[in-house]
Amino acid sequence: MRKTGDVVLDVRNISLSFGGVRALSDISFDVREHEIRAIVGPNGAGKSSMLNCINGVYQPQQGTIALRGRTFRHMNSRQVAEMGVARTFQNLALFKGMSVLDNLMTGRNLKMRSNLFMQALRLGPAQREESEQRVFVERIIDFLEIQPYRKTPVGRMPYGLQKRVDLGRALAMEPQLLLLDEPMAGMNVEEKQDMSRFILDVNDEFGTTIVLIEHDMGVVMDISDRVVVLDYGRKIGDGSPEEVRNDADVISAYLGTAH
Amino acid sequence: MPSTFPSLLLEHAARRPTAAALREKDFGIWQTLDWQSLAALVRALACGLAEAGLARGQHLVVVGENRPRLYAAMLAAQSLGAVPVPLYQDAVAGEFVFPVTNAEVTMAIVEDQEQVDKMLEVRATCPFLGRIWYDDPRGLRHYDEAGLAPLEALIAAGGAADRERPAFFDAEVAKTAPDDVAALFFTSGTTGHPKGVVHTHATLIDRAAAGARFDKLTEREEVLAYLPPAWVGQNIFSYAQWLVCGYVVNCPESASTVTIDLKEIGPTYYFAPPRVFEGLLTTVMIRMEDAGRIKRGLFHRCMALARRVGPRLMDGQPVAWADRLRYALGNLLVYGPLRNTLGFSRVRVAYTAGEAIGPDLFTFYRSIGINLKQLYGSTETAVFVCLQPDHEARADTVGVPIEGVEIRVSDSGEVLVRSKGLLREYYKNPAATAEVLTPEGWYHTGDAGFLDAGGHLKIIDRVKDVGRLMGGANDGALFAPKYVENKLKFFAHIKEAVAFGDKRETVCAFINIDMEAVGNWAERRNLPYAGYTDLAQKREVYELIRECVEKVNADLSADAMLAGSQISRFLVLHKELDADDGELTRTRKVRRGYIAERYRILVDAMYGGKTRQYVETAVKFEDGRDGMVAADLVIADARTFSALGKAA
Repeated sequence: MRKTGDVVLDVRNISLSFGGVRALSDISFDVREHEIRAIVGPNGAGKSSMLNCINGVYQPQQGTIALRGRTFRHMNSRQVAEMGVARTFQNLALFKGMSVLDNLMTGRNLKMRSNLFMQALRLGPAQREESEQRVFVERIIDFLEIQPYRKTPVGRMPYGLQKRVDLGRALAMEPQLLLLDEPMAGMNVEEKQDMSRFILDVNDEFGTTIVLIEHDMGVVMDISDRVVVLDYGRKIGDGSPEEVRNDADVISAYLGTAH
Repeated sequence: MPSTFPSLLLEHAARRPTAAALREKDFGIWQTLDWQSLAALVRALACGLAEAGLARGQHLVVVGENRPRLYAAMLAAQSLGAVPVPLYQDAVAGEFVFPVTNAEVTMAIVEDQEQVDKMLEVRATCPFLGRIWYDDPRGLRHYDEAGLAPLEALIAAGGAADRERPAFFDAEVAKTAPDDVAALFFTSGTTGHPKGVVHTHATLIDRAAAGARFDKLTEREEVLAYLPPAWVGQNIFSYAQWLVCGYVVNCPESASTVTIDLKEIGPTYYFAPPRVFEGLLTTVMIRMEDAGRIKRGLFHRCMALARRVGPRLMDGQPVAWADRLRYALGNLLVYGPLRNTLGFSRVRVAYTAGEAIGPDLFTFYRSIGINLKQLYGSTETAVFVCLQPDHEARADTVGVPIEGVEIRVSDSGEVLVRSKGLLREYYKNPAATAEVLTPEGWYHTGDAGFLDAGGHLKIIDRVKDVGRLMGGANDGALFAPKYVENKLKFFAHIKEAVAFGDKRETVCAFINIDMEAVGNWAERRNLPYAGYTDLAQKREVYELIRECVEKVNADLSADAMLAGSQISRFLVLHKELDADDGELTRTRKVRRGYIAERYRILVDAMYGGKTRQYVETAVKFEDGRDGMVAADLVIADARTFSALGKAA
């Protein structure tokens, strides 16, 4: 079976407010190399805010985030990306009018050395570089089984497949840490099964560490190694799916308490 | 000409070492394997298999889509005098148990994780299946089952063994004789256990060569291999004829990219069962409905002209100059681009077989300039019995007997065939062999048919299925279920049909709607539906199907012999008939007896005069899980016509 290693991401005492609204208060947890770590919680619990902090989109007012031992408080999304962190988005961030192939190629841009000018005019190494990147993108297409859609504009594809392309775009960055924001939202049972299989395969084949936010408890319990539970910006549970499932606080947050 | 498959391979490798033998689309690019590399691969695989203990006469299971290395595996087994047994890749594990046990298979070469999982499941009941090699390692890294290894390991071991004993491979190939067994095909069979059809190198090569001479095939043909390799047709078109002619076989990227790959390759020699042609036509028609008014108008005008002129042009009959000119214009504007979109730009010879093809469907392809023809044959005859010559293609016949074939119709109306391509026997089943092969060498096809005035063979139905009505107004009338079902299936809205009537007063039918066509039809009428079961039970859909049924009845009433076979009641089934549930064979033929048994409650309700019937059915999902589908089905009446054509 899978083995998890050292801590790669260490989140310490994070607090984040928007004006008077406290989105996160004093959250701490860690993510180990190679594991699938889930962040769950009811609507408005602060899951996406948490992900946005890790991703460098939001700057938390308090607390620190350490990525592979490097502690930082202020970092922008590009720096995070260069450190090997990629993410997908709840509402998809794809170029709808572009083909699947082109969308995935954009994910490779950080890996290219030629500049915009050279790429536009196909000067110097730009063309050769593009074929090299294409090889990598083709592997992802094969991996995600989207061969029939290479040349299809993303906007014309069914939602479940668009989600898969979004995952592909994130994978194109060869991330060491992959953040997935509700990868199963809006999917039917079959699509959820497919997506779960791809997440497990990514983790297994590429050794990618995965942090995922999810609403659907069933899916989370099946595929993650450890789960953090948030409610109203506070952490109310942390542990293996089994432990979390039997935790009294978690049950009351999800099902309500008897009075 | 060399007389075994391995010697044909070696001849191509010696004569045209760098010519393309196989292409496979991998990571978006067509990768070519030439004859000499293929021969080297086969050599390594054969030596590896011999090291692993595969002996002359033993069987090797090969399961997967069309993949170059699986083709090489079949050649490798044949090089050793062993027998490849291709099995259907979409079969569930349970269906493998009989062939593996029957042929005492100890080794298997499979495509991927899906097939490995099935083989491991089979091994639980067949422990002698010791060695399994896989082509695609994805997802298999953590498997540590005994005897399971990647194909690379076998090739590497074979390479090492070959270096130690360099003369071994050639000696083994030389030892293999034309009359040795070349392959074992398990026929799906509409009843009982499958039967293993034993073919020798000689039988397969004889028929493959006869077919190639009939259509003047050359080494320059391009073929797309996309049907199951376990089916004898695919095996003949992309294996036997491939080695006989030396043309290029192209393996598509995956089952879902076939239409794209077809367009990229542009095959010159093409085979598809009628349902594929039907699917393509449905897609074209749906897309034309969505096109702008000008394009749609142009399309319909040109197609009307094509229907009138196209088939005559294809048959080489005289056509007025004005029409020729108009057709040429239509070719420029519509037919040419359409052929290109379908991937048929370069098709020289296209065949369809396996099921009857609707006259409209058949005419459509011929009218836009595709040389679509029919052929007749089966696993037992190594396919080629009758073929239609280029200028004599008809929708209702299956062609003339080709060289080396004798045909006779028995007193009971059954078609008998004699040729050099007949099966040697059914494997370990002398009783079944004796049933179909006479001592004089005639093979009983089980098909009822006759030779028409032009020497073309015409097939009506299976001999055992032709029945008689009993009691009622049409007592004693002939009932040919498949004939009726085919007439129903010629409508785009009907995917499958099952007719009942033998020893009954009237004929009743189950209908499966075509989800794509009817779904599209419903969307155009703003008719909301939740899925197949829901759509199938809509009142509007029943009206649509009733129209089709009544047209069939009107058609049947014109035929004095079959007027009694008109359908008086029908229902639309709540689930699609599926091979996984045993309702269809793997080649998608309906198993009428099994269906009658499984849905007895529905059959009884139809004949009992009920108008509704609740039914629950167990189904098997594609991932192997079991589930239930339940529905309250409507049973509808259809108008029948008197033999004179008036409403009864």
